[in-house]
Amino acid sequence: MTMLPSSLPPKKLGLVIDLDICVGCHACAVNCKQWNTGGHSAPLTDHEPYGNDVFGVWFNRVHGYEVDDGKSGRAVYFPRSCLHCEDAPCVTVCPTGASYKRGEDGIVLVDHDKCIGCKLCSWSCPYGAREFDEDEGVMKKCTLCVDRVYNENLEEWERLPACVITCPAGARHFGDFADPNSDVSKMSAERGGYDLMPEMDTKPVNKYLPPRPRQLDEKPNQLLDAPEKGFLGWLDKVLS
Amino acid sequence: MCACRCGIKVHLTNGEVRYIQGNPNHPINKGVLCAKGSAGIMQHNSPARLTKPLKRVGERGAGEFEEIEWEEAMEIATKWLGDVRSTAPEKLAFFTGRDQSQSLTGWWAKEFGTPNYAAHGGFCSVNMAAAGIYTIGSAFWEFSEPDWEHTKYFLMFGVAEDHDSNPIKRGLGELKGQGGKYISINPVRTGYAALADEWLGIKPGTDGLFVLALIHELLRAGKVDVEYLKRYSNAVNLVIQDGDEDGLFVRDEEGNELCWDVNLGKPVPSNGKDSSPALKGEFTLADGRIAKPVFHILAERYLEEKYSPDAVAEETGIDGATIKRIAAEMAHAAFEEELTLYIPWTDWCGRKHDKMVGRPVAMHAMRGISAHSNGFHTCRAIHVLQILLGSIDAPGGMRFKPPYPKGLDSMPKPTGMLKDIKPNTPLAGGHLGYVTAPEDLLVDDDGKPQRIDKAFSWDAPMSAHGLMHMVISNAWRGDPYPVDVLFLYMANMAWNSTMNTAETIKMLTDKDEETGEYKIPKIIYSDAYYSETVAFADLILPDTTYLERWDCISLLDRPICDADGPSDSIRQPVVKPNRDVRPFQDVIIELGARLGLPGLTNEGGEAKYPGGYSDYIINHERAPGVGLLAGWRGEDGDELGVGAPNKRQLEKYIANQCFWRMELAPEQRYFKTINKDYLEYAADMRFIGSAKPIIGQIYSEPMQKFRLAAQGKGEVQPPESHRKRVETYFDPLPIWYTPFENEQKGVEEFPMHALTQRPAAMYHSWGTQNAWLRQIHGSNNLHMSRKKAEKMGIENGDWVKVSSRNGEITVQVELMDGVNEDTVWTWNAIGKRSGAWNLEPDAKEAQEGFLLNHLIDERLPADEHGYAQSCSDPVTGQGAWFDVRVRVEKVNAKPNQRSEPVFETVKLPEGMQKRPDILRYGANFKKKGMSS
Repeated sequence: MTMLPSSLPPKKLGLVIDLDICVGCHACAVNCKQWNTGGHSAPLTDHEPYGNDVFGVWFNRVHGYEVDDGKSGRAVYFPRSCLHCEDAPCVTVCPTGASYKRGEDGIVLVDHDKCIGCKLCSWSCPYGAREFDEDEGVMKKCTLCVDRVYNENLEEWERLPACVITCPAGARHFGDFADPNSDVSKMSAERGGYDLMPEMDTKPVNKYLPPRPRQLDEKPNQLLDAPEKGFLGWLDKVLS
Repeated sequence: MCACRCGIKVHLTNGEVRYIQGNPNHPINKGVLCAKGSAGIMQHNSPARLTKPLKRVGERGAGEFEEIEWEEAMEIATKWLGDVRSTAPEKLAFFTGRDQSQSLTGWWAKEFGTPNYAAHGGFCSVNMAAAGIYTIGSAFWEFSEPDWEHTKYFLMFGVAEDHDSNPIKRGLGELKGQGGKYISINPVRTGYAALADEWLGIKPGTDGLFVLALIHELLRAGKVDVEYLKRYSNAVNLVIQDGDEDGLFVRDEEGNELCWDVNLGKPVPSNGKDSSPALKGEFTLADGRIAKPVFHILAERYLEEKYSPDAVAEETGIDGATIKRIAAEMAHAAFEEELTLYIPWTDWCGRKHDKMVGRPVAMHAMRGISAHSNGFHTCRAIHVLQILLGSIDAPGGMRFKPPYPKGLDSMPKPTGMLKDIKPNTPLAGGHLGYVTAPEDLLVDDDGKPQRIDKAFSWDAPMSAHGLMHMVISNAWRGDPYPVDVLFLYMANMAWNSTMNTAETIKMLTDKDEETGEYKIPKIIYSDAYYSETVAFADLILPDTTYLERWDCISLLDRPICDADGPSDSIRQPVVKPNRDVRPFQDVIIELGARLGLPGLTNEGGEAKYPGGYSDYIINHERAPGVGLLAGWRGEDGDELGVGAPNKRQLEKYIANQCFWRMELAPEQRYFKTINKDYLEYAADMRFIGSAKPIIGQIYSEPMQKFRLAAQGKGEVQPPESHRKRVETYFDPLPIWYTPFENEQKGVEEFPMHALTQRPAAMYHSWGTQNAWLRQIHGSNNLHMSRKKAEKMGIENGDWVKVSSRNGEITVQVELMDGVNEDTVWTWNAIGKRSGAWNLEPDAKEAQEGFLLNHLIDERLPADEHGYAQSCSDPVTGQGAWFDVRVRVEKVNAKPNQRSEPVFETVKLPEGMQKRPDILRYGANFKKKGMSS
């Protein structure tokens, strides 16, 4: 068993993911892969990269769904990665202390030197957010780009997770949820940011913004009328 | 890397690529990067990269090659090309794919002297380019962008998840944030369409009818911008109603187009400052002829009941009430929510405006419109709709990117009459252009085509980008003549970039029975990767990856500009090749010097650009002072747009993050077609010939000239076999007709439509071999409507036979809700030939992946004259690969069923890099940090 931080971290770093404008383009997933394969948890190993059964380690995966909303239906894209939960079951289940939640900012990380590859954490994570590197025999996962967000070799505007900085639609945001005035806190409050599977009591830090209501035909709408009679009758009025 | 051409920063660690990042200051992507761009590391390090020049030793298609040195490769190419050039230059067909160096390749072909050059636009987007240029002087896709910030009502027609990639994603995010309503008109609801407030799953090929019904509604209710039409469109022009000049504009002695001034009761020049033009009525001219304004003719046509929403509902699959509501919402946005920017501006004839009033309705369209045989007219219909709304380059509308708009008088005419082709002599002008009358066509006295792709012939008069999709087929058939050398660059023409793939492979390998020689005798191909086409070439000139060479995105080519200003860019090599490969641009510059092409050699005969492409980028001048790059010109680098070459120009670009951009003044940013300050600026920059206004061409007089020729008028007339076709499809106002495939005999046996889409994460086959991207899209299925499948007894995962009049494929089905019921679709270019791209022969791409291309015939059945037209738009020659009709039938899957047809595994050339079984890319970067 591994303990969570004894007091709430002063910062709660995490992501807001806007499902209203995610186009499912996988930019976040691939940019994450290229940053992280050379970063904190390097490498993000790929097995049979050019073979029949290619599979690799990804910290972020994007799924597409069709939803029957009782109206015209809709397609939704859902990027899935570690939610850096406050009550992270993947931490408390870890027998060696490899899986831990940082006391200063709440980021959940794995210490690969301590990881014995038992996979208990991946069994306990309800979101399937852990990725086992079979080659190295250790568990890997989203680090919230801990090697970017504090990296003083980067310019200040670049100190963001790779998935956030690359997202073409602007659907991903990073910030401190402990600060009610942060952009992510405000955005989440305004747009009804929600927890994924709250019934699991994991208290995820990351929030998803639901799709905005569609502007269908709920606006009262006057169909076009042709009050003037005759061929281009309205034109005579316009020109007179 | 791809046609989106985002700015990137490539970070290296110990000479290896550590991280590729979007450049936040770049005008295209403003810091973001898509999946393709983010997977650049794997694109660059792919084991599919070719490693050395290759000479074919086995039969074509087998993949049996011998490695040769560059000197030998260059000698062979010089010999083959030199023989052609000194005897019959037209026997070289030089066609390029998705490269970004058309300003070099086209010019090279001109210096060579062959008329047979084009890039891939003929099967990509020429319908969009041509319909745009002939109507509004600009076009969707590269020449414009929606005013994302201001638009209140946005319609996107037939765009999958690309064209263009990052700017659209950024824009949609912005649009949704500011509350604009977004309608997607697309048979498939994926990607961009998923974000739409409203998805209209239209029947493929009927968008034009839908648009004409919207026009019907707006005309009926008078919801058009009358002032805009009178001042800035040819709606006012008088059209002669009979005689030899039937359908042409009434002109005065100076050639000015005339309108009817209601105050003066006589014709006066159109769009004049003080005229009061009639928009309706019938007028008798001084010589007794009758004439009507364009707007009158337009209204007569589109107010017909057959264009009413209820009348088009069945054909389009969109009910009349919905079309009426969309028209009403559009009119509301345009005229009740008009958007005002308080920026004074001056229009072309000097009227001062104290503000810019916008009609915040924007539109964007691409492949779903483009790849149909009625795409030109459909695209024109969309532009006419935008002119009627007055939203052309208005705040909230479709905005133009400099150097566009360009009027037809600023566009070149095509060159390439065979009578003018002489040995060892350059072509007199550029290959491609915009014809405005039958006299501009490239046909002989009998009306016979002059180019191998039959561009600018009566088959497809306005084929502004050529017809690359017909080159192999025509060359194999020897129609209009055989070629000796086929030279291709980065175009997978033996696989996913051709229609009718299986037949194309037969053509490439077919031999003349008497001589035993291949029907297409010599094929030279340049690609960076072991694509399917490599195996069919005789000589391979291996290219570098995009990180190993200089590239240039020039205003003379396909520009990267945005609506607020022109820009161009370069890419500098950041990694040295670890293989014996050379940038294709360097190779053709050297080949040109070896061949003694005038533009590439000095008077003494030595190479003019010994430094290769970077030397050419800096020093080549297309016209005095005009070169590939517009920034930092002049000896001291202080001139813009026009100026002498600057030896340090590339250094300046590199210091400025590899791009140059010039911001327009606020008063120049909108209404560019009619904005005096902008037009004068554009003329100074040589974007356009003069600062004349670019008047909206609702009525296309050039089209009417072709129609008159088909009616037996004028000097140059089509042959009998083409008269009916030209007369029908050269209607000066947009028309809608059912795509040609729907009209073929026996079509009822093929009740469904079949489409392809390009996934956002892939860039054609160049992306699908990428170790990371193939984990996202490693195989493709046939998507079909769940409802429809239920009726047909087909379940998810079933195998089906899909047949067309051209062929059949056997593939696996995946069901979904968001697709038009009469349509099936799949992802493009994921299926691979086994063994190609250095993938394992049993890779899923080769086992489960498939191409729809086998189903698409590149030709229509022979007409009543015995002539088989290409499967293309009859106006522009755009490949109509979305026209295809299919039948879907469930089959009992065999054990280990794989997609069919199956092709023999192609051998791998010796010397290719070994495929790793496991990839630990980046392991050695750990804790080393990042350096640039």
